[in-house]
Parts: sequence; structure tokens; C-alpha cells
Amino acid sequence: MTFVQNFPFICIIMTLFGGPLSSILGRKKAKVLNTAIITAVGLMNLAVLSFVIGTGESYVYSMGHFPAPWGNEIRIGVLEALMAVFFSVIMLLSILGGVKEREEQIEESKQNLYYIMVNLLLSSLIALIYTNDIFTAYVFVEINTISACGLIMIRQNGRTIVAGTRYMIMSLLGSGMLLLGISFLYGLTGELLMSNIHEAVVKIVAEGRYHDPLIVSLGLMSIGLAIKSALFPFHAWLPDAYGYSTVSSSAILSSLVSKGYVFLLIKIFYRVIGFDIVARSHIIDVLFVFGVMGMIMGSVSAIRQSSISRMIAYSSVAQIGYIYMGLGLGSTVGLEATLYHVISHAATKSLLFIAASGLTEVSDDSTDFFDLTGAGYRNKLAGLAFTAGSLSMVGTPLFAGFISKLLFAEAGIGHTYKTLPTMIALAISTVLNTIYFMKTVIRLYTPERQKVEEKKHFTRIHWWNEPLKSATLVCFIALNLVLGLGSARILFLIRNGLRMFG
Amino acid sequence: MSKKLPETEYQKTFSGKFSRWLSGENDPYLDHIEMKPQKKAMSAEAIRKKREKSKEKGVKKSFDLEKNTELKLFRGGYKIFSVLFCLALIFVLLTGVSGMPPFGQMDNPANNEVSQRYIESGLQETGAVNIVTGMILDYRAFDTLGESHVLFIATCAVLILLRLDKESQQKKFEANDRGFEPENDVILQTVTKILMPAIVIFGIYVVLCGHLGPGGGFSGGAVIGAGLILYLNAFGFEDTERFFKQSTYKKMSFGALACYALAKSYSFYTGANHIESMIPLGTPGAILSSGLILILNICVGIVVAGTMYTFFVMFRKGGY
Repeated sequence: MTFVQNFPFICIIMTLFGGPLSSILGRKKAKVLNTAIITAVGLMNLAVLSFVIGTGESYVYSMGHFPAPWGNEIRIGVLEALMAVFFSVIMLLSILGGVKEREEQIEESKQNLYYIMVNLLLSSLIALIYTNDIFTAYVFVEINTISACGLIMIRQNGRTIVAGTRYMIMSLLGSGMLLLGISFLYGLTGELLMSNIHEAVVKIVAEGRYHDPLIVSLGLMSIGLAIKSALFPFHAWLPDAYGYSTVSSSAILSSLVSKGYVFLLIKIFYRVIGFDIVARSHIIDVLFVFGVMGMIMGSVSAIRQSSISRMIAYSSVAQIGYIYMGLGLGSTVGLEATLYHVISHAATKSLLFIAASGLTEVSDDSTDFFDLTGAGYRNKLAGLAFTAGSLSMVGTPLFAGFISKLLFAEAGIGHTYKTLPTMIALAISTVLNTIYFMKTVIRLYTPERQKVEEKKHFTRIHWWNEPLKSATLVCFIALNLVLGLGSARILFLIRNGLRMFG
Repeated sequence: MSKKLPETEYQKTFSGKFSRWLSGENDPYLDHIEMKPQKKAMSAEAIRKKREKSKEKGVKKSFDLEKNTELKLFRGGYKIFSVLFCLALIFVLLTGVSGMPPFGQMDNPANNEVSQRYIESGLQETGAVNIVTGMILDYRAFDTLGESHVLFIATCAVLILLRLDKESQQKKFEANDRGFEPENDVILQTVTKILMPAIVIFGIYVVLCGHLGPGGGFSGGAVIGAGLILYLNAFGFEDTERFFKQSTYKKMSFGALACYALAKSYSFYTGANHIESMIPLGTPGAILSSGLILILNICVGIVVAGTMYTFFVMFRKGGY
């Protein structure tokens, strides 16, 4: 075993260790530690990615002296390593992009608690990505839930407390359903290791036994994770949680936390149950219907918002709808499109949140659309970044969003009876996306009268006033362009990864 | 005085009134305006309360909840749908359970080689007489590592929500919480003096003998935490803060979690790289046996005790 193969385990332990360590450090040291840990995790996972591409097959790493069904193990392949690299890059950029807001909005004595939450959130995401044991996944889902809740509540105004409470209740309902589903599955198979469960499930299905409990278990796990990742009818907690928390939290929550659960669900479908068994059950049709409804209803709600952060939050509902629609197609092509969209949406949504914070900053901290008139001139880089993010969301060529829409359309054509709904939903959703994003962009570039600007205490910020945020925004735009232009390479990795994922 | 009008007529005219006011004979306010002593000025707090009250009234007036049909429909629909949802969920779960393999049969899927190895060779492989402890702290120690961090992060979330960083706010909170309780209850204090050592010693026993019999870090830590809470209730914050402050908690939990993480990383690393572990298992049944399990139990116990005590303090006073 080469030393590189230890990196995933070192990442998990290091991030876990970073949490308690931040609690005894001051806020400045905790910040530096946090940035260093995220960077190190990103680099290590990059090394792992190149190693796994080199060997061309996934490997298992047992956590302890006992082999897999008795002890725990993690399994590392191209797809997992790719996701881990992207998650750490996006987390690093989100953390760096919101430093100033965080230090203004969070009480000074509580700032090191923020970094505890971020460290443990990262560790839970990495563990969720790599784990090959379904109960370990549940344990880290718990850490994920609590830390996400902390990230929402740490900016203490009344709205975030309400949002945090609501998030907690909904998310715990989701966790409970996931746990019930896992227990059912354990009762049927007697295994917790993912690959062993798959063998047992294939046997059960071939024998035709335990049909009802298997479907109930699959349904509970799907709906539980759908609640946690804010699929359409269960999205009520999302707008407040994303819209009112501090900007780094919004970016992390929308682009990473919900995606971690989606990845876990894909893992359950693909590795634990087996994708052909899932595709034959009707659970996947339910997810498809919810996804299509979410694509449209999320966008309709976004159009009706009068605050930019809530609009972006509702746009997340629509994008989660895309992801579940792709999953609901029940084909490998659909799964590839979903995975690509997980990455591209994560990159775009965090860009939008951070750009929006730059725009509200020059508009007297107001998120109202009226006050944002002409904000694109007052903070030019943030305006540019928001426009780039909007173009990506709408699906303009060159940007990441275009490729994911293209992939979804391709996946939709391959299906027998879901082709038409997919196409219609894609068309309607794209038009609705255009309406609310372009409405915002036009408002940003409508000049405001000098008098009004003075009266409302609007300021101007140049890119060199906030070098860190400007650098993050540029990185995010570049990431979007790279994803859009180099999609062939990413797709190749995803295909390769899916081959060794099952 | 007028030359044209008689005296009584002149008194009624404006100039007559004016000249009397000028000379001080007539006070125009008298008999016309009721005189009252000035009201005492309201405190800022009282004014705020009064305003809030009138605001509430305004809300009631402008949002007449009785006549809001949309809200009524929503509330009615909510009740009906929640009942329907629960019934549907119950139905689904019962369907699932009724199709499950029957409880306690020999040939159930859960009775496979996994549990067989735990039971048959758990003692030799982990050195722990208590198989459950051997399972959670050796076979599946990675899960327990995550689980102890769940406790830690839960405390941090409570700190975010409830911690008050200003001394004055904390004092107010505590005074508010005390209410009508007596400050130094003699009965409580005497009983605590007798019970406290027993509770803590029992807790330590449960932690230390987790690998020998029923018990372990989670249960023993809870016992110690309960003991600390009892002591706090009897003697107040001044006494407990002599030995248990927030910095103590932070250092303790950091030390315990770091110790856990380091100890387990060693065994994960050696396990995955197929290196023989240096840690002896000892004779099963002795107190110093079963490898790392004893140390891990102590770590978990410290984290659990600290978590329980911190939760209580946060809800009570918002800081310590």
C-alpha cells in the first residue's frame, strides 16, 4: 500500500481533529487553521484523484485491524476523489469570500465556534463521500445536520433562529426516515457494508422474497434524503435558511450540504441497492415527478421574491429539482448528467451568493431589488460575477450550466416515456430562469440617479478595496468557465468513476 | 374703566378682560381648564412595553385573524393533512414491518457470520469481556469516533445559541432562573455532600469497567455529569466555578477527543497498512486489559460528562 492511499483517512481524521482544536484557539488562529486544513484536504484529495486515475480501479481502506464486514472501511474511486476535490475547492472559496461579512455579523467571541462547525462539516462531507458502510454514513449525516444548523444560527437575528429551528425539525425528520430505512435494510440483509448489502439484495430480489419491506426501506431512505436536500414539496425550510444566514454559510449550505446528501442517495441507489433494481421500482418515478415539479415551482417562487438572497435561495429549489429529475430518469446517462450538475450547480450557486453579498454591500446592506438599481456600476467586479453566474444558471454556452442542461436533454431523449415531460420541464424552467436572473441583471445595470444614491447612503467599492473577495470571485468565474469549456474531461472522469463505483 | 359703557358692561368686553388680566385680577385659566399635578415621567422600559402593547393591538386590529379565510383554510387543511400524512406513514411502516422476517428466528438474515464472529471470537480479538464495548470501541471504532464528535458539536451548537458573553447578562439570567428557590438549601446541601462522592465514584467505576461488564464511557459519563449538575444546584456557581469553567471544559474535551483521534489513527493506520499493532491486549478480565478500549472509554466518559454539564449550565445561566 503506497502512502498516497492513506490520504483519505488522514483527511477525515485531520478535519475531525481540527474541530476540537479550534475550540481552544482564538478566532484569528482558528481562521488560519481552518483555511490551512481545507487547503491541505484539497491538495491531498487531488493526489488521491491522480493516483486512482493512474491505477484505473478503486481500492478499499480498512479502518482498523478487522476486515470489512466486521470493522469499518472506506472505498476510494475516481468519482469519490473528484467530488472530494471539488467540495474542498468550493468550501475554501466560500470561506474566503465571506470573511468580512462573517466578522461583522457574528459576535466576536463566537467566531471560533464558526470554524469548529466548518471543520466538522468538511470532515462529515468527506466521510460521506468515501464511506463504504451505511451506518458510518448515518453517523456523519448527524454531524452534517448539527453543523449546518450551527452555521445558520450563528448570525443571531430573529430570522436565523426561526430558520435554524425549522431546518433542525425538517432535517431531523429526514434523518429519522433515513435511519428507519437503514434498519429495515439491515433486518432484511443482516449487513451494513454496502457491497455486501448489494449481494444480499440481489439474492432477495431473485428469490422474490421481502418485496414490500425492501420498497418501504428504499422509499424511506429516498424521501429522508430528499427532505434533507430540499426537494420540492419538502423545501419549506430552505429559503429562510439560505436567505438570512451569513454569506459563507449560505454558499456552503446551498452548494455542499445538500449535495452531500444527493451523493449519498446516489451511492445508496447505485452501490447499495443496485441501479437496475431501483430503476424498476416506482420510487424513482416519484422522485422524477417531484423533481419536475420543483424545477417549475422553485422558479415561479423565485420570480415572486423581492429580495435577491431569497431569490437565489429559491433558485436552489429549482436546481435540486433538476438533480432529482436526472436521477429519476433511471438511466446511467441521467446519472452522469446529475453528477455533472451537482458539480456545476455547486460552483455557480456559491458564486451567486458571494457576488450578491458584494452587491448588497454597496447598497446600504439592503437585499431589496429597488435598492440594487445600478449596483453593477457601484461594485463592478461583483456585478460582472453575478452576471456570469446568472448566465451559467440560465444555460448560456461557454458556462457550466449549459453543459448540464445539454446533458439532461440528452438523457431525456434516451428514455421511453419520460422524454416529453423532461423536455417540456427543461424548456419552461429555462424560460423562468431567464426571467428572474435577467430581470436582476438588467436592474443591476440600470443607472441610479446621483441624488438617490446619496440619499440612500450607497457607496462604491473597487476590486482592490477587497482583494480577498475579488480573488474569490475571479476564481469562481474561472471555475465556471473551466467546467463549461473542459466538460469533456470532467465527464470522462465521471464516466470512469461510475464504472468503478458500483 | 370706560367713559361710554357702564362698569358691568365693560367687564364683559375684550379690553375690560385684558385690563383685568394685565392688573392680575383675573386668571383666564381658572374655571376653564382643569388643573392637575404633573404625571410622573415613565421609565424607558415602561414606555417600550406600552408601545409594544399598542402595537400588538394594532396587529390584532389590522390582521383580524378571525375573519382571515385564507388562514382559516390553511389551519383546517393543515390539521386534516397532518392526520392523513401520519396515517399514511403508519400504514406504510406497518406494511413494511409485517413483511419483515419474523423476530427471533434462527435463520434470520441478521444471524450471519458477522454477529457470529463478534460473539465467538470477540473476547480473543479485542480482549474485552463485554462484547458490546468490544464492538463499538474496537471493531467499529470509526463510528464511535464520529459519535463522540456528534456530542462535541452538539455542545458547540448549544454554545452558539445560548452562550451570553456579557457578565451582566449572565447575572440577570441566573437571578431570573433562581426565582423563588432558596439560595442555600440546607437539606439539599447536606444530601449532596453525602451523595456526591458516591455518585462520582460510581460514575468512574462504570467508565473504567466498561470492558469488563455492563457500562462504558457513555453511561459512566452521564452519571458523572448528573453528579456535577446536582452539586451545582446545591452550592451554586461560585463553588463549581472554582474547579469547572468553560476553559476547563474546552481543554478537557479537546484533550479527550484528540487522544481518541490519535489513538484510533494509530490503529487505523497500522490496520490498513497491515502493520502489527504494538498494543498488548492483556489478560481478559483484568482492569488493565483489552488494548485501547480502556483509554477510549475514559475519553468518551470525559466528553459525555462535560457535554451534560455544559448543556445544563447553558440553559440555566448562558455561560460559565
